[in-house]
Amino acid sequence: MNTYHKQYDVLVVGAGHAGCEAALAAARMGCETLIVTINLDTIAKMSCNPAIGGLAKGHLVKEIDALGGEMAKNIDKTGIQFRQLNTKKGPAVRSSRAQADKYAYQSEMKRVLERQPHLDIKQLLVDELLTENGKCIGILGHTQTAYLAKTVILTTGTFLKGLVHLGDVSYSAGRAGESSAEKLSDSFLSLGFEIGRLKTGTPPRVNAHTVNFDVMEIQPGDQQPRPFSFSTEQITQPQLPCHLTYTNEKTHQIIRDNLHRSAMYSGRITGIGPRYCPSIEDKVVRFADKDRHQVFVEPEGRDTDEIYLNGISASLPEDVQVDMVHSIKGLENAEIMRFAYAVEYDFAPATQLYPTLETKRVEHLYFAGQLNGTTGYEEAAAQGLMAGINAALKVRAEEPLILDRSQAYIGVLIDDLVTKDIREPYRMFTSRAEYRLELREDNADLRLTEMGRQINLIEAETYERFQIKRKLVEEEINRLEHTRLKPSLDTQTLLKSAGISEIGQPTSLAELLKRPEIHYGQIKQLASNSQPLPEVVEEQVEIQIKYEGYIDRQTTQIRQFKKMEHFRIPIDFDYTSVRSLKTEACEQLAKIRPISVGQASRIPGVSPADISILMVWVEQYKRQMQSQV
Amino acid sequence: MIEWDTIAAIATPRGEGGVGIVRVSGSLAVPIACQIFRSSRHVSAAELPSHTLNYGHVIRSSSGEVIDEVMLGIMRAPKSYTAEDVVEFNCHGGIVPLRGVLELTLKAGARLAAPGEFTKRAFLNGRLDLAQAEAVVDLIRSKTDLSRQIAIDQLSGKLSQTINALNDRLANLLAEVEASIDFPEEELDFMDLRAMRQTAQDILDDLDRLIASASDGKLLREGVNIAILGRPNVGKSSLLNTLLQEDRAIVTEIPGTTRDTIEAPLNLGGIPLQLIDTAGIHQTTDIVEQQGVERSKAYLDSADLLLIMFDSSRSLTDEDRELLHAAKIRKSVLILNKIDLPIVTTPTDLHTDAPQKPVVQISLLDSRGIEELKSAVHQELLDGDAIWGDSPIVTNVRHHDALCRGRLALGHAIESFTQQMPPDLVAVDLHSSLDCLGEIVGKTTTEDILGRIFSQFCVGK
Repeated sequence: MNTYHKQYDVLVVGAGHAGCEAALAAARMGCETLIVTINLDTIAKMSCNPAIGGLAKGHLVKEIDALGGEMAKNIDKTGIQFRQLNTKKGPAVRSSRAQADKYAYQSEMKRVLERQPHLDIKQLLVDELLTENGKCIGILGHTQTAYLAKTVILTTGTFLKGLVHLGDVSYSAGRAGESSAEKLSDSFLSLGFEIGRLKTGTPPRVNAHTVNFDVMEIQPGDQQPRPFSFSTEQITQPQLPCHLTYTNEKTHQIIRDNLHRSAMYSGRITGIGPRYCPSIEDKVVRFADKDRHQVFVEPEGRDTDEIYLNGISASLPEDVQVDMVHSIKGLENAEIMRFAYAVEYDFAPATQLYPTLETKRVEHLYFAGQLNGTTGYEEAAAQGLMAGINAALKVRAEEPLILDRSQAYIGVLIDDLVTKDIREPYRMFTSRAEYRLELREDNADLRLTEMGRQINLIEAETYERFQIKRKLVEEEINRLEHTRLKPSLDTQTLLKSAGISEIGQPTSLAELLKRPEIHYGQIKQLASNSQPLPEVVEEQVEIQIKYEGYIDRQTTQIRQFKKMEHFRIPIDFDYTSVRSLKTEACEQLAKIRPISVGQASRIPGVSPADISILMVWVEQYKRQMQSQV
Repeated sequence: MIEWDTIAAIATPRGEGGVGIVRVSGSLAVPIACQIFRSSRHVSAAELPSHTLNYGHVIRSSSGEVIDEVMLGIMRAPKSYTAEDVVEFNCHGGIVPLRGVLELTLKAGARLAAPGEFTKRAFLNGRLDLAQAEAVVDLIRSKTDLSRQIAIDQLSGKLSQTINALNDRLANLLAEVEASIDFPEEELDFMDLRAMRQTAQDILDDLDRLIASASDGKLLREGVNIAILGRPNVGKSSLLNTLLQEDRAIVTEIPGTTRDTIEAPLNLGGIPLQLIDTAGIHQTTDIVEQQGVERSKAYLDSADLLLIMFDSSRSLTDEDRELLHAAKIRKSVLILNKIDLPIVTTPTDLHTDAPQKPVVQISLLDSRGIEELKSAVHQELLDGDAIWGDSPIVTNVRHHDALCRGRLALGHAIESFTQQMPPDLVAVDLHSSLDCLGEIVGKTTTEDILGRIFSQFCVGK
């Protein structure tokens, strides 16, 4: 074994969506960083669907951006279709999504990594984690070279003992055609980590020249595409349409007839798959009364004719897949380029991590991404970013950055992962956030940019623009609150011309805007600001005023919530010494080792009475420590 | 020091003491007193000096109704038990005024205290020293276990089924709303807005009925109704007295002494009971007595548990057999009294008419068999689900309070449906409502809701 000549502050294993964000964050925070991957040609590869964002995921992307991550900027550069979802629903659940040019996304991200100061990139397979006195000190490569680093971040995705299934065929692979990492998870086990098994699937890809788009519904992008990143002024590239077709009774019959040959239904797969992303076999069996299922026909890029058939992921044998695809309208002659498959992989239950994503068992070691049992590029990127930030802060011996559930979806994500036992691949939904009205896409910058700036991940120029926006919003809200209309004849005429019903008493513009039927455009007609405001500012003003009542109520709840989050539990607190806790609660607490009473209260099996008792003991412990000092 | 929310609770033991105290602690304590207390000297509670007792009335401000005549104690922070602002309403001891005052404090913004919470705060706020930590913890644990036991006892059977069913319907509605938010692109068969509103309205109506059943007077009596029935002079009043260990009913040798029903609260192994001594069931020409007999017969149908007494020194009469017939279809314990006398009627005789019903042989003269009787009653109450009679009733302030808050939030949600507010806003109120019911039947987690979505809808691209 020889040792590489350079030593690093942060070493990132894996260059998927988590790895890239982790490495960029650490390097941008000034740490000497190395990122290693099995294959340099698959940096930031989109292994499954060719899209970034969507419900709750769009929120994550905007939060990543506000903290100085790369994902939003990268998709803005390489997106081929941009859409706002849920525009008719409330402001909190509007989400952005973009179809990506998969290949452009990859090469663009690779270029960003390559040009990043303090960041080295290396193609290499990792066999083992190196530890000393319970601390991680680096990794051992497959070619027997050791790389030493102060902190190591693992973002290994589905590559740990990855097993691909296609009908009755199974073979070891991280993704179809790419070798898996076989030794690394044994290294985990020998360090005492618990390992679980999950599965996921991906649908077939077909050649566009063999698809009859004319008989499908066309799904264009938005007229005015909106960027993800605060730094992107405008999306200028032309957009491509997607298409929509449906399975039919014939498709379902083919699947039913061949269920026994499906890897999933024949019992070959033991890992647990996601219920929200069911295979087509699952859909047909579990929802037998549905006579059709949607198939979204999505281009994988501008310079490729590969088409992704979103909605029919499967683990059926190849011949059945051919029949299944050919039974679908518009795909009668489709030529499959890549077959659908299911993949099983090892994951490390994230209850083994602190909310910083550092492992409890081995100091200086961080886990992020699919390794922690999540699915989705956005979920992975969010964790990668936080792991990168916290590893860098650890190297600099500074306080970690932990976002709580009231601050960001990222906080909800990580808190869920480290507090609850995950039994299926974890995906973000807006319904997971109890303070959803506060955690909107539109205010991600207002929520998090300040923090991103503090850790030096937000550039001065961006920060300046952010401050201007924030000021404009504040001033406009102030103006609307203090401009009052008196119920004079002139006013009523003016109101009528703006399509607003009469007022009976002096009313502020803000009060008018709160009426359900009134929007900001009408208010502008009544009394416009001296300077024209950017659209995002107008939108922000409208949301903050219109939903003030609801948002205020949530703010009150958040205040209560914060009290429990701020009631910290010392990391060395000994639960076995605590009398009167119920046994189950005691075991769970000792396992999770929550950082706060708030986190403790979210552990399944811990009751409110246990929390009361815990608070008394923690208080006692703290006072004893104080009196010793 | 962390500033917590404001809590309230009845601070004196359950039962009919001479004086009862409702204690409120937290920053809202004094404002709450201002809202509901009218001093005899017309001074606002805010102006009353700390550590004084003040005479006045607790008033329901909406109606001006006087709830009770009280002495209000004010202890300002930090010199109070919890080191927070504390007010104490010294009320008349009955459960009615105490509950009335407590409910007003909750309406005015307090939260019902968790078991041992005042003491916990006292500790966290540094009022108790380190050595007392253990005692504080034990207090929380024991109080919690007891109140949980009572809650479980009270919740067994119909009431819990009813609330669970409401909780379930509400969770399904929320799943519907959440699915429409999180899965906008799937072709899912959602209820339309009108149907969602109607579903919410139906749940609200049922919730209203439940709360009404809790408020129509039964709430004011603690716990389960147990009627003691039997022929005149079989020993019903003596049994009541023995169980209460005091001379509550007048006991004489003359049959028919108890002309009307007598009720008394009793706590049996943690279960609050309302014991009802009834007039003996027999043919009579005395008009007052006749009314008593009628009322006794009504208890045959309405009581949650019947204690039917027989005289073991005599053979069974037609009236006895009528009672045995009733016992067959009702939850009941059969009692053979007077075993100090030569035995004529045995448990086997009773079982001929009412097979399998528990029979206890007692003598009230020398208190034989009383413990057996208590355990038989306990057993009957815990076993099975019929203890609530026909309408589920709510006997616990905590439950009542949670139901009322749940109802309020659901009302907001319906209003939002009507105004066609966006679903994420409607969901806020549905969540609050569900959380309130969850305080009674267990919290509905995000995972539960997601589970409902995934089993109900075919989601996922």
